[in-house]
Amino acid sequence: MSVSEAEIALTLNGDPTALPEGATVADALRAEGIDPEDAPGIAVAVNAEVVRKEAWTTRSLDAGDDVEIVTASQGG
Amino acid sequence: MAAPSASSPAARNGASDTTAARDPLIIGDLTLSSRVLLGTSGYPNPQVMLDAMEASGTELVTVAIRRVNVRDQSEESMLELLQRHGYQLLPNTAGCYTAREAVLVAQLAREALDTDYVKLEVIGDDETLIPDVEQLLKAAKTLVDDGFQVLAYANDDPITCQKLAGMGCAAVMPLGSPIGSGMGLVNPYNLRLIRELITDTPLLVDAGIGTASDAAMAMELGYDGVLLNTAVSKAKHPVAMAQAIRHAVKAGRLAHTAGRIPRRLYADASSPETGRVGT
Repeated sequence: MSVSEAEIALTLNGDPTALPEGATVADALRAEGIDPEDAPGIAVAVNAEVVRKEAWTTRSLDAGDDVEIVTASQGG
Repeated sequence: MAAPSASSPAARNGASDTTAARDPLIIGDLTLSSRVLLGTSGYPNPQVMLDAMEASGTELVTVAIRRVNVRDQSEESMLELLQRHGYQLLPNTAGCYTAREAVLVAQLAREALDTDYVKLEVIGDDETLIPDVEQLLKAAKTLVDDGFQVLAYANDDPITCQKLAGMGCAAVMPLGSPIGSGMGLVNPYNLRLIRELITDTPLLVDAGIGTASDAAMAMELGYDGVLLNTAVSKAKHPVAMAQAIRHAVKAGRLAHTAGRIPRRLYADASSPETGRVGT
């Protein structure tokens, strides 16, 4: 993966990903094909801390961040 | 959690079974008319899962918390499917090995599903899936302090279970035998001790149930309910097994409240001793 100067390298659900500098959690969601305005059943953690829905558009991401986007799946 | 809708499992149970409605299972501030908690994993297809859930009478079903799959968004419709049919969701922390992981997954579940309820599972290894007591207790304490309603999947150890109840877990759920093993209740003596020691916290047998008689036995031991998945989802006929579990839980509960006779070493004739022919 090549990262230009205007991009930051981070980990998104375990995969190395490049996002534009200044990207927020909402941008990370869009990168995963999820509309942050309509995301029932979705939760996000950055560096093992939950980012509440209200903060998705304001929480900016830094290089090296570990972003997890989860939902409910079948389980016992 | 939202009140059950008219088309909810609770409404269906209430319509067909007034006994269950009079003998609810209360966990925290949740009142359930069914004492069966069912997992949502491993069914042949979503329709069989829904049919099995309805046949079991369950109202509260477990789900796992996993990374979204960009290529396959069907999991989201699974969530919608469960909610559309009125099921309340109990997220689990399956796959967590440390308290830290389990606490994060519980917090993610609360955010994703808007529920304080969590089935806490902190396992020690992936061969037995038996809980790691040290990590389990640590995670339970953190989550209870953070306002979660913790249903703790636990070892069948009376002391561990007492500690979990003592710290304020909403329910304690000792294993019958390892998850998915279908070995039934391998240590009924311990399960009985746990029930005798813990009288003010709901107890459920979680894991190991293989067939209806195992569920009935758990209830006869005085447990408040059962949580199972594989016994139903992997049965040859999941819907029929779900129905069998529903009846077994009801029968076991009735037998427990009816009070079994004591076991005795020798016979005790049922028919009168007097007036026997030839005496």
